[in-house]
Amino acid sequence: MTDSIPRNSLLFTDSEWSFDRLKATYNAIEEIALNDLGLDVYPNQIEIIASEQMLDAYSSHGMPLMYKHWSFGKHFARDQMMYQKGYTGLAYEIVINSDPCIAYLMEENTMTMQALVMAHASFGHNHFFKNNYLFQQWTDAEGILPYLDFAKKYVAKCEDEYGFDEVEKILDSAHALMDQGVFRYNRPPRLSDADKLARAVARAEHEQRTFNDIWRTLPTTEEPDEEAEERQLEVRNIKLPEENLLYFIEKASPVLKPWQRELVRIVRNISQYFYPQKQTKVMNEGCATFVHHYIMNALYDKGLINEGSIMEFLHSHSSVVFQPDFDDPRYSGINPYALGFAMMEDIRRISIDPSEEDREWFPDFAGKGDWRDVLKDAWANYRDESFILQFLSPKVMRDFRLFALHDDSKEAHYEVEAIHDELGFRKLRESLARQYDLGMHEPNIQVVSADLEGDRMIALRHEVHAARDLDPGTSEDVLWHVHRLWGHKVKMDEAAA
Amino acid sequence: MNHFHFIDRRKNPKGKSLGNRQRFLRRARVQIKEAVNKSIRDRSVKDLDNGEKITIPSKSTAEPRFRLNPESGERDYVAPGNKEFGVGDKIRKPPKQGGKGGGKDAADSGDSEDQFQFTLSQEEFLDIFFEDLELPNLVKRTLKETKATAYKRAGITVSGSPTNLNLIRTMRNAHGRRLALKRPSTREVNELKERLFELERIACPSESEVAEKKALLIRLEEMEARRRWAPFIDPLDVRYNAYEPTPTPTTAAVMFCLMDVSGSMGEREKDLAKRFYMLLYLFLKRRYERVDVIFIRHTHHAEEVDEETFFYSRQSGGTVVSTALEKMLEIQKERYPAGEWNIYVAQASDGYTQSGDAKRCVEMLDEDVMPISQYYAYIEILDERELEVFSDKDSGAELWRAYRTFAPKWKTFAQTRIAKPSDIFSVFRELFARNAREAA
Repeated sequence: MTDSIPRNSLLFTDSEWSFDRLKATYNAIEEIALNDLGLDVYPNQIEIIASEQMLDAYSSHGMPLMYKHWSFGKHFARDQMMYQKGYTGLAYEIVINSDPCIAYLMEENTMTMQALVMAHASFGHNHFFKNNYLFQQWTDAEGILPYLDFAKKYVAKCEDEYGFDEVEKILDSAHALMDQGVFRYNRPPRLSDADKLARAVARAEHEQRTFNDIWRTLPTTEEPDEEAEERQLEVRNIKLPEENLLYFIEKASPVLKPWQRELVRIVRNISQYFYPQKQTKVMNEGCATFVHHYIMNALYDKGLINEGSIMEFLHSHSSVVFQPDFDDPRYSGINPYALGFAMMEDIRRISIDPSEEDREWFPDFAGKGDWRDVLKDAWANYRDESFILQFLSPKVMRDFRLFALHDDSKEAHYEVEAIHDELGFRKLRESLARQYDLGMHEPNIQVVSADLEGDRMIALRHEVHAARDLDPGTSEDVLWHVHRLWGHKVKMDEAAA
Repeated sequence: MNHFHFIDRRKNPKGKSLGNRQRFLRRARVQIKEAVNKSIRDRSVKDLDNGEKITIPSKSTAEPRFRLNPESGERDYVAPGNKEFGVGDKIRKPPKQGGKGGGKDAADSGDSEDQFQFTLSQEEFLDIFFEDLELPNLVKRTLKETKATAYKRAGITVSGSPTNLNLIRTMRNAHGRRLALKRPSTREVNELKERLFELERIACPSESEVAEKKALLIRLEEMEARRRWAPFIDPLDVRYNAYEPTPTPTTAAVMFCLMDVSGSMGEREKDLAKRFYMLLYLFLKRRYERVDVIFIRHTHHAEEVDEETFFYSRQSGGTVVSTALEKMLEIQKERYPAGEWNIYVAQASDGYTQSGDAKRCVEMLDEDVMPISQYYAYIEILDERELEVFSDKDSGAELWRAYRTFAPKWKTFAQTRIAKPSDIFSVFRELFARNAREAA
């Protein structure tokens, strides 16, 4: 930096962090995030944790408050081994879409890394969670933490009362249908639908109070009449076909006990909560990466961090946005950090210093200089698919040297359909956007009929798209789980949509 | 400005995932057990102090989801890093190993391969190892202790807890210091006071008495001041006994593993024998600082070999057990003098030996081996059917019967017949009991 900046204005000069430094740095970051970038965030809660706790958290869907289940233990075991062997680094950060927004900093991080993570998670992700329409409509940031707490206690209580095996059966089966446990089109009821949650808690407490060992040998608690009636009414209101298998099973299964329905509901609610994240990987990571990159550079320009720090930052930033080529052994698909960051940086470039090509492609904002507003609008109103379709520029396609392949399983070859040239840009962009449409790689399975009065058979249908049928290796196993939850015959067919 | 706060969670209890881990181990119990058994076959007898990386079939803990068949239909796919392709080019598909697209689920669940690999901690590993050995709980606990330490006196320190205060040292230091600083003793002060009282009792003191009294008062004040300045006990004087954790046994043991490797000893027999050696090793490891293990295999002649050869290579030939005993004694004389080493012998065989040899064995045991051994454990490995036939302890093959006759003479000799892992422990019962008695 220049000599004009006094040394004592640096926030830190070595890598050790302390709470005082964190606070001062947070304030400096917040100044830029709010007053320069104009971000709008939930209040931040930042927790310092050790590396083992980090491993712990991300083997449970990144949720430290998750209920207990063997599958998280399995993921922990694998992640731990990979980490100890040095195959994978730990995620720098975990952030929870909640109000307040909770972010985790690892104690092993250097001060520079803590600054990066705060900028990335507490401002980048936080802004995205609070403003993106999918999150606003489909998740309940205020209700999630109390809900997870309830879920965790509820699962533990069920284990106490009905045994590990019984609880495991229901959770295993419900997990198998998690991908089919979301509402995609109609808006789901709010999580903390205060009434319902209160009722579930009250029910749990009531059972606790009236629980008596004498009754243990008798059939488990029956559903109170009025609740059964209410549920029947809900079932009658479901219009088939129904895409949310878990919802249908939870309401209509002829065999589930009330506590089992509650477990299915817990799995379904958590699945729904994560659904927006699956559709916004590129945007969410892109937003957070763009924000941390902007803020770290601004801190440096203001003379608040030194060269050593900015070099360390650039080193880890460039490995975060590294995109290996398709023929590189490290290649495992398009890196959402890389693509999102490149696209957002390019929006800024086009807004400030556009080429002729950019003016032609993006007449709305090329050269207008209002990149902050363009980005904020994109972050608020798009998901990966529509964002790419709208904003992927020829320059980014060229930089990534993208090419589109057509893969017909009957052929021995892939065919190259488009490359990064004048003729190919539009096709490339459409093709890449489709790749982020969950509907393209998650099977579309629906309940088409259920005979609730007669033989109680449930019929499922896979709507086949582009001649892609179900993987026979897993579908039979999943159907077995459906059968366990439904208790009666399950039929499945595949039909071209 | 928004409000924010930091929370330090580092002190939160660790092992939050323990519950998940236990549920996972429980869930995959059967497969994990199988993997542990396999690993015991591959492990060195001496290598029970570490956890183990184990691999179980991932099917057992698979989490199936509906997914699209990667081998079906058509799809478009965009990839980065094009170098030479143009529109219309055809690229040969790589040999089948899962397609590129649609493989997301497989990658996510980690079940794309048939194996799931993770690490068991030593404790978890031993738990499973002990499971079918049917050890008494007390024994399990002793064997799992990673370190047997006792606190030994290690001199004197200036800091410590009040319970470790060394009174004698403290008082001696205080005394020395009082002498050195010329602290007036209580007796001296009392004498002086008495004289003062005497003087005060005199109704009309003479001039010299007034002067004496004055001098005495000054002196008393000086003494009191000196006593305050040099206290009876000063923190400087205090000493504590120091204790240091030290591994209890500081001696060494040698464990001779004798095994018949003739053709009649198959995979199963050797596997059982290995557990038998492992158990003894674990026990010795806890008792002795250094444990050497010597492997002696024999057919009609005996030789010292490394572990690998011991368990895995086969030899043909007759069976002369006494050759192994000879070899053992030879090695013992050469390298392990009985005065310096605790000698343990573990012998495994299927009970056959050349006719007439049993007698010789007993003679050697009685005269040469038992007098120098801490413990001699003999297992005869049978199959389940044979075990039933020989349910009477007095009947059996020649070697067994011969051992039976002399066994009562030596409390440190134990023999048992085994057909499954749970039978092994009985041969060590006396050994472990003795250890427990000594520890008590």
